[in-house]
Amino acid sequence: MTKVSITVDGVLHESEVEPRTLLVHYLREQVGKVGTVVGCDTSSCGACTILLDGRSAKSCSVLAVQADGSSVTTIEGLAGDEWHPVQAAFKECHGLQCGYCTPGMVLSAVDLLSENPNPSEAEIREGLEGNLCRCTGYHNIVKSVALAAQTMKGGKK
Amino acid sequence: MTELAEHVAAIGRPLKRKEDARLLTGKTQWTDNIQLAGALHMAILRSPMGHAKITKLDVSGALKYPGVEAAYGAAELGDLNASVPCVWPVTDDMVAPDFPALAKGEVRHMGDCVALVLAGTAAQAADALEGIVVEYSALPAVINMDDAIKEGSPLVHSDKGTNKCYTYKLQPQGDGAYEAAKAKADVVVKRRFVNQRLIPSAMEPRAVVASPMGTSGELTIWSATQVPHVLRVLLALVTGVSENKLRVVAPDVGGGFGGKLQCYREEILCVALANKLGRPIKWTETRSEDMMATHHGRDQLQDIEIAATKDGKLLGLKVDLIANMGAYLQIITPGIPLLGMFMYPAIYKMDAYDFSCIGVFTNTTPTDAYRGAGRPESTYAIERIMDELANELGMEPMELRKKNWIKHEEFPYTTVAGLTYDSGNYEAATDKAMALFKYDELRKEQVKRRASGDKVQLGIGISTFTEMCGLAPSRTLGALKYVAGGWEHCTIRVLPTGKVELVTGTSPHGQGHETAWSQIASDTLGIPVDDIEVIHGDTRTSPYGMDTYGSRSLAVGGQAILRAGEKVVEKARLIAAHQLECSANDLEFDHGVFRVKGDPSKEKAIQAVAFEAFSAHDLPDGLEPTLQAESTVDPQDFSYPHGTHLCAMEVDTETGKSTIRSYVCVDDIGIQINPLIVEGQVHGGLAQGIAQALYEGAVYDSDGQLLTASFADYLVPSAPDLPSFVTDHTVTPSTTNPLGTKGVGEAGAIASTPAVINAIVDALRPYGVNDVPMPALPMTVWRTLNAARQGGK
Amino acid sequence: MIPSKFDYVRPKSVDEAVAALKAGGEDSKVIAGGQSMLPLLRLRLAAPSVLVDCARIDEMKGIKDNGDSVTIGAASTHWDVMNSDIVKTHVKLLADATATVADPQIRHRGTFGGALAHGDPAGDLPAVVLALDATLEIAGSKGRRQVAAKDFFLDYFTTAVGPDEILVSITIPKLGKGWGTCYEKFNRSANGWAVVGVAAAVKVDGGKITEARIALTNCAAIPVRASSVESALKGVAVSASEIEKASQSAADGTRATSDLAADKEYREHLMRVITARAVSCAAGV
Repeated sequence: MTKVSITVDGVLHESEVEPRTLLVHYLREQVGKVGTVVGCDTSSCGACTILLDGRSAKSCSVLAVQADGSSVTTIEGLAGDEWHPVQAAFKECHGLQCGYCTPGMVLSAVDLLSENPNPSEAEIREGLEGNLCRCTGYHNIVKSVALAAQTMKGGKK
Repeated sequence: MTELAEHVAAIGRPLKRKEDARLLTGKTQWTDNIQLAGALHMAILRSPMGHAKITKLDVSGALKYPGVEAAYGAAELGDLNASVPCVWPVTDDMVAPDFPALAKGEVRHMGDCVALVLAGTAAQAADALEGIVVEYSALPAVINMDDAIKEGSPLVHSDKGTNKCYTYKLQPQGDGAYEAAKAKADVVVKRRFVNQRLIPSAMEPRAVVASPMGTSGELTIWSATQVPHVLRVLLALVTGVSENKLRVVAPDVGGGFGGKLQCYREEILCVALANKLGRPIKWTETRSEDMMATHHGRDQLQDIEIAATKDGKLLGLKVDLIANMGAYLQIITPGIPLLGMFMYPAIYKMDAYDFSCIGVFTNTTPTDAYRGAGRPESTYAIERIMDELANELGMEPMELRKKNWIKHEEFPYTTVAGLTYDSGNYEAATDKAMALFKYDELRKEQVKRRASGDKVQLGIGISTFTEMCGLAPSRTLGALKYVAGGWEHCTIRVLPTGKVELVTGTSPHGQGHETAWSQIASDTLGIPVDDIEVIHGDTRTSPYGMDTYGSRSLAVGGQAILRAGEKVVEKARLIAAHQLECSANDLEFDHGVFRVKGDPSKEKAIQAVAFEAFSAHDLPDGLEPTLQAESTVDPQDFSYPHGTHLCAMEVDTETGKSTIRSYVCVDDIGIQINPLIVEGQVHGGLAQGIAQALYEGAVYDSDGQLLTASFADYLVPSAPDLPSFVTDHTVTPSTTNPLGTKGVGEAGAIASTPAVINAIVDALRPYGVNDVPMPALPMTVWRTLNAARQGGK
Repeated sequence: MIPSKFDYVRPKSVDEAVAALKAGGEDSKVIAGGQSMLPLLRLRLAAPSVLVDCARIDEMKGIKDNGDSVTIGAASTHWDVMNSDIVKTHVKLLADATATVADPQIRHRGTFGGALAHGDPAGDLPAVVLALDATLEIAGSKGRRQVAAKDFFLDYFTTAVGPDEILVSITIPKLGKGWGTCYEKFNRSANGWAVVGVAAAVKVDGGKITEARIALTNCAAIPVRASSVESALKGVAVSASEIEKASQSAADGTRATSDLAADKEYREHLMRVITARAVSCAAGV
């Protein structure tokens, strides 16, 4: 077992993990952050996406020991008193159906907008290429991200 | 009491979904989130072979691994090794091989379950699989369907003596009628289309938790399933656990698309072992397992022949299918092609129809329902061959369709397949779609680019489709030998505080029933949407239901909501009349308020009536307290949504890569309850239908190795692979249900595949191309184009 | 799936890492971003005894402008590389190609050195370092050595980095004036591997190509230079048709494999088409 200290959604956790423990399993099973989910085993689907030290990462493809000393934001820690504009936009534009890809999709969108606050449709699509959705055909996801970009520019966040 | 919010008409409004609050904040209840004290984790050893004898299986080595409590092969499991059920024996002489949860001596597809381990953690269970000793002796595998039905083919089930599961025929006009129609034809076009195998790929993998520690001694099964009610009946039947001791819960379920319409091996094993050991058992599949052990869809060879006069009038249609069952039959495997059987004639009028289907076993994962189940296959074949016929006749493909489709004034119309379509207006939907698409402009551009020899050619694809929604009148299902009915149930309770519990037997897994059902109940009861709570997916709280698949939930379940709501209002009317001292007939009911006709100052809100029904101090004689009602509705008939889909495709003739330039669809699904949700359903369906045309296909090698066993090889499209869609609608209400609704869950997936392939073929027609196999990946298109250029076709 | 058990060490220096690899024996493996390693571990296609995590070794990070060349620490992430002003200005081909690697999440974690040392024939970056004649610095228990890109890639998933060695940094000479570059990637779906990728750098003078360097992704067990196209392009006018003609020999010297995405014949065809497109793009046609 290896000792790790990881800040998850603003709370410091010191835990013993097996080196083989995936960050996503650490989050779900040891920290109880079950909002982050697993969708594949080849790093393809992005359902497990979190922000690791502020940048999007697939938590199924990071070992918990690699995240030692880092800070993780999951879907459960994204909202403050109010929802993040990306969350609000996904609801407004019906950017989700079953919701399984949603936590990862939202966090990828947050990362995308932090790098490119004014993306074109093509840039939104390319920025989300690491996240698969089987329900929406991406149409309303793209609209959601465009709307979030607008609200965020408006100074709402 | 708090001030009551006022009711505003809800049906038809694009309300934001109630479900989203929990889904967007990670507060969702997925099955895999459930961690129970004392649970054992199950890991399954699966066959790496397509077909083999198990010559040795020793699970004892696994017991030496840390944390392992038990390990089982078929021998150790004994009588608990129940068989996976099939509930649709389509013919009396159908061959139905045994499908044990753990293989007995022989594995018949890659992913077949061989042995299992139960351990304290998932990691321990996975580690211990390495302690199991298993030896296989390879048997010849049969993958190709044409080969499988040849004399002397290797057999998937040697004890059955054949790979044929069944032969089904439908000749509504009698034997020889098609031949007679064909004899009058000037043009006959015949094609073989391959509707390839797909993997449903819901984003949430399957998961099961079975716990024998229910509060009243019941066995609770949480499962990522579309069908908790159907599952409970089947688990009771196959495991022998008394049905009233089984509670099945479908918590939040992350998509299904048919793939979770099943009673799976792993569900049976978890229940049997939890019941035996008295411990909770948990299993969550990996994506790799999902690709090979969750059922697959489609996989049909379609020989289709169409006969017409030289001026384009259709005379007859003949369809001969070979349908891949896979290695075993699952819940409705054999019936899937029959769901398509009635729909080959589609929207067209003709004189004769002749259908046959041979179901075939191969050493592949069993097939079953996948979004559309039978209708995408039929729609693909008819819409493809209509284009080929138009080409033979030298007609514009849309003109050929217009000439033959059912006109709006001809509804209800009984088709050559024997179905009576309720309503439709193909002309209106098509006109609207062609205008949005700028059809004529694109045709002009196409002519120019053909003339200039552009390396990137433009193609235009059409699909004017209809489908069959609202499964289904129970009597019809009985006539097709399906063992269950097709009704749906709803209970509505107006609680003392005026809040509503709506209990439905449908089981949403992403569709948004919590919102849409609230809208229906809201308008029926005159109670605001936000005051209505939809309860679903738990056989303890919603004991009756037939669950969610086949675009049935609104068309059938919606009727039950409406009927239960009406019953509630009728009861409330009696109470209100009693208290307002008038006759029930003297009351009008509007937006949740009963008013005395001619004396509107005398009124009573339904919420107040609910409290009176609860306190029961002053009810009419003989009326029972509480304000609630239930309804179980068996639908009168199917409903038939339709639409016109148009695809503009850019095909790079150098690389074979196809890129959608624009996609327009106008769907008519009757009355829309929530247009926002409707649009979302269309988008998602389009993506899956386009994916079948362009990207997805499960591929096996000749030994039965699944070569597309991960998302790295099985190409579920991501956002840059798809365009934004232009969607619109026309509204022709259904006449077979009082809401006038049809169904939209499958429309996009059914309609889009032929539109996309027709567009690619259209782009390449000048080179002599008259078909492109699916998925139309670059190499396939390039090869097809090369063959045509060399005069191959 | 859950990986098999292994031990984990996180050395602070290259020397410590080399010592840890040696101590761990044959089954020890280097990990940095882990974006290639994690799927292998999860599918249990790799079962190392020890993972030596080099992601936090300072010497292996950072991007440095040496005047006539650029040195990139092997543990720099793809994201670091593609957003580096030094790389964008002086090694644009690398920045462009890196932007096509996998997806944003993977680019945030995966490292330049990891992508090279993994030796995946379908990886995009090996062709880039080959085209640009990079030099790779490898550290081992016997000290450091410099290996030219053309000698670095040996076979499928096999490179010059030995079992107890570590790729430390990559030095790429600047191209100088008159050069244009392009990485053209052909894939079946947006997040798929390159079926064929072409890294092209061409020098244009007076409307003619005076020098060309072209390397191909996924056309053999290792990245290969399209030498005959490079020769054929010399002196050719900058026009689409001339470039197309010169690109006809792109498949010479390759050993194309057959897989689900492309059989040999189609892959060789793509080499010609994509090479012409990459060169045209690099030459500004």
